[in-house]
Amino acid sequence: MSIGADPGRGSRILADLKGSGGGQRSVWISLASTLVLAGVIIALVVTSPGWPSVKEAFFNRQVFEDNWRGILDAFGLNIKIFLIAEVFILVFALLIAILRGLPGPVFFPIRMLAIIYTDLFRGVPTILVIYILGFGAPALQLSWVPVSPLFWGITALVLVYSAYVAEVYRAGIESVHASQEAAARSLGLSRFKTLRFVIVPQAVRRVIPPLLNDFIGLTKDTALVALIGPVEAFRQSQIDVAATFNYTPYVCTAILFILLTIPLARLTDWLIARQRSRQLAGGAR
Amino acid sequence: MSENGRALRLETIWKSFGETPVLKGVDLDVGEHEVFCLIGASGSGKSTLLRCVNLLEKIDSGRILLRGDEITRPDIDVNRVRRGIGIVFQAYNLFPHMSVLQNVTLAPRQVLGKPKAEAEAEAIVLLERFGLADRRDEYPDRLSGGQQQRVAIVRALAMHPDLMLLDEVTSALDPELVAEVLNVIRELAEGGMTMLIATHEMSFARDIANQVCFLDEGRILEQGPPEQIFVEPKEERTRQFLERIVEAGRL
Repeated sequence: MSIGADPGRGSRILADLKGSGGGQRSVWISLASTLVLAGVIIALVVTSPGWPSVKEAFFNRQVFEDNWRGILDAFGLNIKIFLIAEVFILVFALLIAILRGLPGPVFFPIRMLAIIYTDLFRGVPTILVIYILGFGAPALQLSWVPVSPLFWGITALVLVYSAYVAEVYRAGIESVHASQEAAARSLGLSRFKTLRFVIVPQAVRRVIPPLLNDFIGLTKDTALVALIGPVEAFRQSQIDVAATFNYTPYVCTAILFILLTIPLARLTDWLIARQRSRQLAGGAR
Repeated sequence: MSENGRALRLETIWKSFGETPVLKGVDLDVGEHEVFCLIGASGSGKSTLLRCVNLLEKIDSGRILLRGDEITRPDIDVNRVRRGIGIVFQAYNLFPHMSVLQNVTLAPRQVLGKPKAEAEAEAIVLLERFGLADRRDEYPDRLSGGQQQRVAIVRALAMHPDLMLLDEVTSALDPELVAEVLNVIRELAEGGMTMLIATHEMSFARDIANQVCFLDEGRILEQGPPEQIFVEPKEERTRQFLERIVEAGRL
């Protein structure tokens, strides 16, 4: 109902086009200036002395047409890794965040473990975690430890991203005012039920935009799993590059990742705008 | 009727926040079906007193007895005690992510284990009684302050408490919305609800209270029926406080 609700309802890009002024005229102006800028950049690249060879090496139409299907198929594995990891991250990170927020001296060791966990997995580069788990865990030769590199790749991503996402959750939980907990406890709800029905639902709603932001990062890091074996889009394009002596498959992979992340990014923008307009509408509080 | 007909008894309650003493040996007796008003300046300890009764704050020493049962024992089940005590806060503290009906039915369902249909039917009866039935599917942010506070009262009533604690429930409201909330409290009083009320609404307190108690810097300075406290206070501090209130046009 308020003006702030408008960018939430329509496309965020349109709102960006309109700038702060709004109106038909500014749409044309921003469109024109965008075209001019794009034209200048393209002209600069195309007229550069090395362009013909770059074009041949990175934007080869024939190589693209021959390879995009295979890369797209391999990209299915990236999406699979992403979806599986995401589910576990959402649950595991919430658990870590809740453990870290347990009050009282009794839970000190648990809080401590949660802190060590987040410090550790935010500190170590993702690529190292993937290597260490992917090569180290199967090497233990324990019959009950899975040997699949895909399993360990996903596990590594879950461990690393959970550390980040736990911090996002924690910020959300701490942003819920203490009076909400008081209200719930005063009704006789236990500490756990207060978390479950009152604190966590509010916290999660507030952190959806930063959560999605982390997941955009995750979509790209699925490519790192290739380093321990599984053939996903990046690995497939490497294979294709080696076979064709041409870099176009890399560009193809890049386009696929962009096609996946842009909708996520727009969804994040939309959620943020909607949240803002809701806060405006709820100005009475 | 319990021990001496007392619904609530406070025995020399001491409470400090860090180095700052907030309650300095408060004694208080609330009878069954009695409306007990706490008055006093901001910071005199009214809110803290109510929060101690609801065990939201831990007292440093003293005893609190609810119908003769000591609720400040270390081994007490706080969740069970709180079921019997409803508290309404100045800032409503409704759950913003839940509809009115969900706010009201949460505790009956999750604490008392009532089936959804039964909890909702009961909630709707209560909401109807306070003129909120048509708001049951709204979210708190879409209600006026007065409506929100009435929902908060209904939410507390849904647990069928023996005692209601009201913590300056009209202080956050626009003047024209105060009456609708006070009318609800008046109705509860007429229905025999035992209430301990911290308030700045002096004329309301004079009107509704059986007992008024003037709290000053963590001590009970004066206590008695409203006619006595408001008409001929014994203590100089009480008189000064009431004079300031009159000047502010609140009495």
